[in-house]
Amino acid sequence: MDIALYLLIAFCLLCLIRIILGPTVADRVVAIDIMGILVVGICIVLAEKTGRSFLIDVGMAWIILSFIGTLTMAKYLENKKLNE
Amino acid sequence: MSDIVFYLLIGTGILFDLFGCIGLLRLPDVYNRLQSATKCVTLGTCCIAASLLARYGLTDYGLKALLIIPILFFTSTVAAHALARGSYKAGFPLWKNSVKDDYRDAHSTEEGKE
Repeated sequence: MDIALYLLIAFCLLCLIRIILGPTVADRVVAIDIMGILVVGICIVLAEKTGRSFLIDVGMAWIILSFIGTLTMAKYLENKKLNE
Repeated sequence: MSDIVFYLLIGTGILFDLFGCIGLLRLPDVYNRLQSATKCVTLGTCCIAASLLARYGLTDYGLKALLIIPILFFTSTVAAHALARGSYKAGFPLWKNSVKDDYRDAHSTEEGKE
């Protein structure tokens, strides 16, 4: 299980490279969205490793927060207000 | 038996995550990166959640992990769609070697009718 955890953290670092390099704003937002989904995987692996099932709830909350953040950035890129 | 399924599913999930991240780094423009990374990473994380279900069965771990799968499918696909539409409306360019732009064609014909 340790190797899975380290591999997922390494993939998060790959996403971080894209966030730093990304030529446009949209690239950075895509990379942040993908990193949020990877963190959910890290939460599941940690819950299996440490034996604490509340970490899966953290993952669920993380999915919804990442969803709201990405939708907000998409509206911002489209030059609209949040209630349109 | 359940341990074999567990390791198989978690290996598949990590492999798909790896492909998604390679696509995120390697592909040329924002739309290609979006389609590669979203599909692969969503499937990979769903495989990791299903692996927890395979090891623990219908206990609290397994049921919570089962609940993650539909939430992840719905939210990540909707977010990717909204992001692609928003970045197209914002005018980020396609890759210079792209050969086809169906979205622009559909919208130009609609505006022509009006």
